[in-house]
Amino acid sequence: MARKQVTGIPAAGPRVGRGVVARRWTGLRRSRATLAFLLCLPLVLLVVGLIVYPFFYAIYLSMLNKAETAFVGLGNFAFLFERSTFWMVVRQSILFTLTAVFFKALIGFVCAHLIHNVPPRGQRLWRGLSLVPWVIPPALSTLGWWWLFDPTYSAVNWLLTSFGAAAVPWLSDVFWARFSVILVNIWYGAPFFLIMYLAALKSIPEELYDAAKVDGASAWQRLVHITLPMMRNIIAITMLFSTIVTFANFDIVRVLTQGGPRNTTHLFATYAFKLGIQSGDIPLGAAVSLFMFPILALFAMFILRDVRERTKRL
Amino acid sequence: MTEFGQTRRRFLATTAATGALAVAAPFVHTARAGGRVTLGLWDHWVPGANEVLREIALAWGEKNKVEVVIDFITSIGEKDLLTAAAEARAGVGHDIFVHRTWQVAVYENQLEPLDDLVAEIEKNEGAYNDIARYLARPNGTWRAIVAPTGSHSYPMVSRLDLWKEHAGIDLLELFPAGPRDQARIDAEWTYDTFLEGARKLHAAGFPFGNPIGQTSDSQDWLGSLFLSFGSQPMNADGEITIDSDGTRAALEFMKELTRYMPDDVYAWDDAANNRWIISGRGSAIQNPPSAWAVAKRDAPEVAAQLWHHDTPSGPAGRFRGSLPFFWGLWDFSTNKSAAKELLYHLASKEQVAKLLWASQGYDLPLQPDYYDHEVWLKESPPPGTLYNYPGRGSEQVVVTGFPAPPAVGARIYNEGLLAVLVARVTQGGESVEDAIAWAAEELEGYQRG
Repeated sequence: MARKQVTGIPAAGPRVGRGVVARRWTGLRRSRATLAFLLCLPLVLLVVGLIVYPFFYAIYLSMLNKAETAFVGLGNFAFLFERSTFWMVVRQSILFTLTAVFFKALIGFVCAHLIHNVPPRGQRLWRGLSLVPWVIPPALSTLGWWWLFDPTYSAVNWLLTSFGAAAVPWLSDVFWARFSVILVNIWYGAPFFLIMYLAALKSIPEELYDAAKVDGASAWQRLVHITLPMMRNIIAITMLFSTIVTFANFDIVRVLTQGGPRNTTHLFATYAFKLGIQSGDIPLGAAVSLFMFPILALFAMFILRDVRERTKRL
Repeated sequence: MTEFGQTRRRFLATTAATGALAVAAPFVHTARAGGRVTLGLWDHWVPGANEVLREIALAWGEKNKVEVVIDFITSIGEKDLLTAAAEARAGVGHDIFVHRTWQVAVYENQLEPLDDLVAEIEKNEGAYNDIARYLARPNGTWRAIVAPTGSHSYPMVSRLDLWKEHAGIDLLELFPAGPRDQARIDAEWTYDTFLEGARKLHAAGFPFGNPIGQTSDSQDWLGSLFLSFGSQPMNADGEITIDSDGTRAALEFMKELTRYMPDDVYAWDDAANNRWIISGRGSAIQNPPSAWAVAKRDAPEVAAQLWHHDTPSGPAGRFRGSLPFFWGLWDFSTNKSAAKELLYHLASKEQVAKLLWASQGYDLPLQPDYYDHEVWLKESPPPGTLYNYPGRGSEQVVVTGFPAPPAVGARIYNEGLLAVLVARVTQGGESVEDAIAWAAEELEGYQRG
């Protein structure tokens, strides 16, 4: 009587021993792992070529002198610590990032709730429309904003003055220039938060809300005790991601103000461009662009650890 | 004796002689150089100018059996600077590349010495001016030739009708398209006269407008203005000289002048002053003839009143800003002999004359021998408007940052030191002394090696 085949592995014939089966199985696993590796290889190469290598190269560059002929260790960073203009750039970058990320998260959160409560047929349209700012290349959309804020022929000012209001110096006054670059960053980045929060909202079981309603919980209590705790991980991850990306922002400031007036809208990336590319001091530019790395790395480590522990608890 | 059978003294003598030979060696023409030469050149904004340059280069290539490839790269968004930086870092790219103003100093160590070629050009086609020498010959070695396209300067571009009507100054009479009364100009066309005129024109609703921002136009006019008051951020010996009476005088002047300028000049870019004068709202700007050329097309009634003329003089003289373009040969070029031949061909009088016509007089070679070219006599309206564009009187053509050592001058210019300095005082309300202290600190930082 033939042996009953109970696994997906062909039954060993009289001349095929257990060792051969094990070898075949190992070979199959190996070949699957090899295939997986080969499929991932293009992406790995891209990441290594476009992220890992430039990152380490930037670290290497930041430790050279201006002529790139001598190793100066952390000398470029020490040099930056003594420059008042650099500290102004640090303060501006922090102001820009914290303000923009806060409002992007807030607007994304509110809009996600609004869209979540729209009947399903209408949701698709609103979801699509809300993503428009995010899918347009920022350099292009910022050009549109520049036309709205043009120092002399601002379309917004034309409207304001048509209604008898005073024109606003959008790009020439320090406060308004900072306001403008932050506003455009919020406009561009809020849809990312919206779509992430909308997805998170949809994953919260309705039963939790139903039970809370039965228990007499108010809308505020449902938000604080159900929605926010259930969304905590996605909020942490989106805030982390957005903080890193916003700190590295370049195109909005470059197109709108070029760092002016009086260098008061420069961010790390635009200031690094000015030093490295325009003035030919690549090592100092690299040092500027890497300045936030240790702080952001620590920030990311703590947030991701928190997310991981919370996920384990859940 | 060394293992090569040569004494140290003999070795030094030999290398010194070889070095001297290299420096003094004349440019040797290599007919039918062969191969391929690639050029990354500035994308000219004047329609048709690129095509003339391409035709000249391709015709030369055909004659000499050299494949010539030209990429015209825009300076919008600093794409030319980015490409130069990428090529310099990669050690591969075009053979010949365009470098604006200070960028020759930035890439000095990666550009082929061109002493022999420049000597030949200066001998046969006319000597370069001092600014060309200052910018393209860092540390005594020519690293680029002056590009026959792109270079321009920043004269006053004023509305004849408005200045006559509201300020009582007949600019046509003061700066005619022909022989001039320089003594009268020196006596009458000063920054004091200009300030008074700007005040009257502001009151009449037609202010003077020029950017005080981040882009190159801001640096180009402010640098010459500061020099006119005797203010240099740094002298030729590398000493920080921004803390001077000249700087204080220039800043006090700017405090007055900005009262009569539009409030938004701190956000103006290089095109904003052009739009300002073309719109008919402005009475004067400082600019090359691009504003006038666009006005010819878009606002002919404005163009017919625009006159290019000298900048005002200050206590230390009369200076005009400039933005020269250079063509350098990368040291990694694979066809240096053909590239040098082509550079020499493009720098010849015959070809430069064609290029001047193609640019409608916008390009201003840094060779005074060309300044009698017909293009600046014939362009109109109004007839002769470009006559004074090449500089006919006592103006000294400079670049902002001059006379600092080029490495520092590049940063003074590229980081907009003077524009920020002025804005800190006139817009930010900072005291003159505090602003000067800030500038001195910046300059100290620019010196890092």
